[in-house]
Amino acid sequence: MRDLLILGAGPAGMAAATEAARLGLSATLLDEAEGPGGQIYRAITTGGASRAPLLGADYMHGATLAKDLMASPVEQIFTATVWDIAKSAEGVTLTYSRNGQAAQITGKTLLLVTGAIERPVPIPGWTLPGVMTAGAGQILLKASGILPERAVLAGSGPLLYLLAVQMARAGMPPLALVETQSTRDILRAAPLLLPGLRGWRTLLKGLGLLAELRRHGVRRITAATDLAVLGTDHATALRFRAQGRVQEIACATVMLHQGVVPNTQATRALRLDHQWLPRQRAFAPVCDASGATSAPGIYVAGDGSGIAGAKAAADAGRLAALTIAASLGHLTEAARRAQSRAPAARLSAERALRAFLDTAYPVPEAVLRPADGTTVCRCEEITAGQIRNWGRKGAMGPNQLKAFGRPGMGPCQGRSCALTLTELLAETHGSSPAEIGLGRIRPPLKPVTLGELASLHEGDTPL
Amino acid sequence: MKPAFRNLSPEAPCVEILWDGAPLQLPNGANLAGALLAAGIGTFRKTPVSGAPRAPYCMMGSCYDCLVTIAGVTRQACQVTVSAGLVVAPAGGSDA
Ligand SMILES: Cc1cc2nc3c(=O)[nH]c(=O)nc-3n(C[C@H](O)[C@H](O)[C@H](O)COP(=O)(O)OP(=O)(O)OC[C@H]3O[C@@H](n4cnc5c(N)ncnc54)[C@H](O)[C@@H]3O)c2cc1C
Ligand code: FES
Repeated sequence: MRDLLILGAGPAGMAAATEAARLGLSATLLDEAEGPGGQIYRAITTGGASRAPLLGADYMHGATLAKDLMASPVEQIFTATVWDIAKSAEGVTLTYSRNGQAAQITGKTLLLVTGAIERPVPIPGWTLPGVMTAGAGQILLKASGILPERAVLAGSGPLLYLLAVQMARAGMPPLALVETQSTRDILRAAPLLLPGLRGWRTLLKGLGLLAELRRHGVRRITAATDLAVLGTDHATALRFRAQGRVQEIACATVMLHQGVVPNTQATRALRLDHQWLPRQRAFAPVCDASGATSAPGIYVAGDGSGIAGAKAAADAGRLAALTIAASLGHLTEAARRAQSRAPAARLSAERALRAFLDTAYPVPEAVLRPADGTTVCRCEEITAGQIRNWGRKGAMGPNQLKAFGRPGMGPCQGRSCALTLTELLAETHGSSPAEIGLGRIRPPLKPVTLGELASLHEGDTPL
Repeated sequence: MKPAFRNLSPEAPCVEILWDGAPLQLPNGANLAGALLAAGIGTFRKTPVSGAPRAPYCMMGSCYDCLVTIAGVTRQACQVTVSAGLVVAPAGGSDA
């Protein structure tokens, strides 16, 4: 049986796999993408690298991680969508689909590095064609080499600046950047800047992006409120209030962003302990400094264990690999401690900056807890008002909403609404999201076809 | 409608697929959702609940708004690669 299964080939998974192989572990890395990279370094070994001048030096850093991985003896299985994770006395079994067939793979330990997803941005009109996340814009650029014409970027956070700069470099700058944070938020964050300065390299990059945006003459509007996308069959404009008046910008695409949150589908399906991160307004699996979770043999690292960015993800992956190697007897405790020192120091420097960023780019109240008429569950088309109403009728938590409707139970399994459901119920009951919790997730993590199920040979039968 | 997206490297060789019964030339090996958007397809499906139009939102397999059927099987277009002869249609009903 393999020593280690790694789910996710982003910076955390790539670094962990390479480190595990160096330490003599037999490791298998799985990802549903076509190659390594994860979200930030998507398509790094395929088309993305040809667009290096647009994507920037940060993106190309991923090429180094990917090269080290490729040079290692790690078994790598791509285009593999993992839809079930089961624990047994001997270890862990992953069940996945690949090319229309299903298979299983087993290992003594499991590292979950499934990354982040975009925070839901439920504003009026966010379900219209033509509305996407900023992350989607990035994926289109990295993996497909396509960019939107006449786009407005709206919301808050450094990823908006990165996308805007990449678009401008490609000669297709956005029509405008409509940002929700205000000078007051930046001032509130200022005291956190000093402790955050240990992450100064990342901070400097952010300032560089802003300067580049100015050079390209991209219009920026800040402290915008009451954002809404207009249109009947397709987005036609973004409406918002700023400088004391309602404004509209006609456009063909709106790209929304309010930061990213840990992707907890796998950790929740496994019923690991989770905690509410009040500053990030999101849940993450409880884990120690090495990524060990509440279940023995199961580890987490990277943005899936709390948002800290790509650099931090790679170092967290290395730390987890070191601890797993020690737990399997491949490394003495003293060697583990010595080799953990450098990645742990870099990790804490990157994390130090997060408090500043989370405070400087807060999620607006109206996005966390939208007005009654706004759709929150995209799949089942359920509004915030319906959730509040069902809360008042007695639904104390997301699981009890099922007595009234199907919020969070469509094909996306709550990926686009789970946090909003929790925030709305917390508001209705005057309690905290920590008390309300998240809804249960049942396998399959992703829909499986009958053909895939029929092809499944149980046991250790990798495809 | 004028495509809302521009392809930065349009020289990639194309193959023919069927979209909703009509032939469409898309770059071989490209991401299906991206390629459909670049080809000017604005709506990928209608929702089973209200019939509202939907198109890709997340491009990372998380929102399920890009659902299409390929040879009768419901798939996420953002997780599919273009190849010659794909028979693609908007996803309908709630069988996703
Ligand atoms: C859309 C998007 C774009 C982003 N772009 C940037 C950027 O340009 N710059 C930046 O600094 N930060 C970006 N981020 C933030 C980014 O998440 C982190 O900085 C970094 O990628 C985290 O690395 P990670 O290794 O923790 O996870 P990720 O890089 O997210 O990797 C997780 C991997 O797990 C795989 N996976 C998840 N679930 C399954 C499953 N069930 N089966 C199979 N595979 C699975 C995914 O396919 C993915 O490749 C982006 C985030 C998102 C959501
Ligand atoms: S666009 Fe969201 S799942 Fe495909």
